[in-house]
Amino acid sequence: MTPEGSILSGEGLHKHYGRTPALDGADFSIHPGEVVAVLGPSGSGKSTLLHCLAGIVRPDSGSVRYDGRELTTLPDAERSALRRRDFGFVFQFGQLVPELTCLENVALPLRLNGAKRKAAEATAREWLARLEVDDVHGKRPGEISGGQGQRVAVARALAGHPRVLFADEPTGALDSLNGERVMTLLADAARDTHAAVVLVTHESRVAAYSDREVTVRDGRVKEPLAGL
Amino acid sequence: MSIGHTLLGLLESGPRHGYDLKRAFDEHFGQDRPLHYGQVYSTMSRLLKNGLVEVDGIEAGAGPERKRYAITDAGVTDVAQWLHRPEKPEPYLQSTLYTKVVLALLTGRDAAELLDTQRTEHLRLMRGLTERKRKGDLADQLICDHALFHLEADLRWLELTAARLDKLAQAVNA
Repeated sequence: MTPEGSILSGEGLHKHYGRTPALDGADFSIHPGEVVAVLGPSGSGKSTLLHCLAGIVRPDSGSVRYDGRELTTLPDAERSALRRRDFGFVFQFGQLVPELTCLENVALPLRLNGAKRKAAEATAREWLARLEVDDVHGKRPGEISGGQGQRVAVARALAGHPRVLFADEPTGALDSLNGERVMTLLADAARDTHAAVVLVTHESRVAAYSDREVTVRDGRVKEPLAGL
Repeated sequence: MSIGHTLLGLLESGPRHGYDLKRAFDEHFGQDRPLHYGQVYSTMSRLLKNGLVEVDGIEAGAGPERKRYAITDAGVTDVAQWLHRPEKPEPYLQSTLYTKVVLALLTGRDAAELLDTQRTEHLRLMRGLTERKRKGDLADQLICDHALFHLEADLRWLELTAARLDKLAQAVNA
């Protein structure tokens, strides 16, 4: 795999939690507009890989390059700012702020990046409509269903036009129908905005929304064999 | 799929010519494998012989005569029995994949690689079906879902087998 033309890449990533190795020389790269599924059994290191690539966790060794910059040596404040500005995140649970309405939740990252309230909320409304949940904007996360909440979370992750979207088991808590709808909307929106998507999943039906897949096994990333 | 029963079922709503039957079949069930005219006419001859359909009328034209077929009472009973008879679940006990994995282990080849290669192939097909679902109507979605769920089951088996390869290797080489 060549990182040439990639927007984000990791090389030789090692990470231990205590004595337990989570990553053991993992390599990864993704191009703008590409959806890459990261597969692997539980405990294989796929979430750790995502956290290292997203600058949430600093690897013990190895390199993470985003848009030509080395992330592992960037000061914490700069990494946080970069994450807020350029990255979007969708997780399985608990990502919405319970005290805020859905509209405020989606507008929050835009506000944190300096957008005026009216402009941020207008953009948030557009994304809620795009994710087919425009009827929940005045409700709080506790008042909506899991499927609606996940759509709001996707809207929030994409509203700031991130260049990379990190999705860790984004449909793990949803039933089949809701999961499929969320994946369709997520993949379509990401492709339209040319965002790269790192999609961690253990579900093959979710992985089928990707352009290609890699498998993490024992902390290493395995690419499909050439020619297949 | 029993083409005879399917064509009989399509005739229940009213008599049709062979060409109409083929068109109705292809529209509902023939997305990947449209019916040949020859199949329609050979099936209708058999159904005629068995008294499950009858010729309702014959149109003479410039080309060959066109027969219009109607379902008989015996045909309706036959369709009803077929619909209510459960299909035998596929037991999946003779898996080529399992055979390949065991042979790879017995001959000292890389069984994990074999499983990885198969996963890639399955995912490639699943991507195609997911794309078809995205662009298709409800019928397309249901047909693709049926295939996707089966492929997903295969993939789960691949994962489970990959996780148990060491034990399997010990067992087959014991």
